[in-house]
Amino acid sequence: MRGIAIWLALTSALAVPVVLAANSPLLAWRQPVYIAAGFAGILALALMALQPLLAAGWLPGLERAAGRRVHRWVGVTLVTLIVVHVGALWITSPPDVVDALLLVSPTPFSDWGVMAMWAIFAAATLVLSRRALGLRPVTWRLGHTTLVVIAVIGTVLHAMLVDGTMEPVSKTALCLLVLLGTVGAVARLRAWTMLRRRRA
Amino acid sequence: MTHRLVSRRSFVIGATVAAASGLAVPARAAGLKPTPTMRGGANNYRAGAPVVDRIGGGGFWMSGTVRRAGDGAPLAGQRIQIWAHTTEGHERDPWSHGATLTDANGVFRLEMPQIVPAFGQAHGHLAYDSGDFQTVFLRPVMSSPNDTSLEAHFVLQPA
Repeated sequence: MRGIAIWLALTSALAVPVVLAANSPLLAWRQPVYIAAGFAGILALALMALQPLLAAGWLPGLERAAGRRVHRWVGVTLVTLIVVHVGALWITSPPDVVDALLLVSPTPFSDWGVMAMWAIFAAATLVLSRRALGLRPVTWRLGHTTLVVIAVIGTVLHAMLVDGTMEPVSKTALCLLVLLGTVGAVARLRAWTMLRRRRA
Repeated sequence: MTHRLVSRRSFVIGATVAAASGLAVPARAAGLKPTPTMRGGANNYRAGAPVVDRIGGGGFWMSGTVRRAGDGAPLAGQRIQIWAHTTEGHERDPWSHGATLTDANGVFRLEMPQIVPAFGQAHGHLAYDSGDFQTVFLRPVMSSPNDTSLEAHFVLQPA
């Protein structure tokens, strides 16, 4: 019963901002590729809220290994959505995306978004090269956590500063969920205490 | 794209001069600095936008002034190109682009469709590139996406 309540609450927390964005008046004045770009970003933000909850094993039915397996697949989807987001924005307006990627855009939120993108790519690359690099679990977790925290900060600033299709209140709530979930999961998994223990 | 680099010293001097010259008539201010091109100002520019009475159905006003660097004299008959993401088209659509000429007082004013937020900000683009003066691209941002007008001002220096 408690499990169902948690899943219902989480599903609505992630779905409401997406549904409200789908009703944005701005959509009437955008072509399909631009709309796809926006929604790839919105869905990615929603998945960012899900990731720490999965990593910490807080979701009913997805504790421990099951949670981490889903976390991996959500991570793959997240990387794909970011590629679609940037690629579709590039098709919509190439010079604006070139400016953003070169960090010379007039809009500060572009820099935050690019920072988050590279942090996510780095976090995913670290996952793929974990065995090849022979990283110890402690080192690996600290690296993954650090990159994810950078990605979360960049993503939230990027999303909050953009005047786009997302409805402001639901966008703020979703960003808070991303922040709280990340802080909670980092505290739960104690990446830093493992480092301190190793040093001692 | 030229980037505006303002050192702390030049900012302090500029701010002091601006404060001291608060009572001067701006149109005749001596040593008026040329307007620098803004970041992203030239994005989706299309050369040779035609001079039009109005872009599309109108309802939104883009206006501003064009003056000469140094003495601030108004420049008449200067061609200013304007484009934006509006309710009638994207920045890249040819019909989103139009041009107008300044009047005897160096003032321009062109009606165009309502600008709507695109790429995260409700903004417009303007260009001076007729050759007599150095090319300048501006990218003013609306303080609210509900605004129905936007201003941009050019101070040009001879090419």
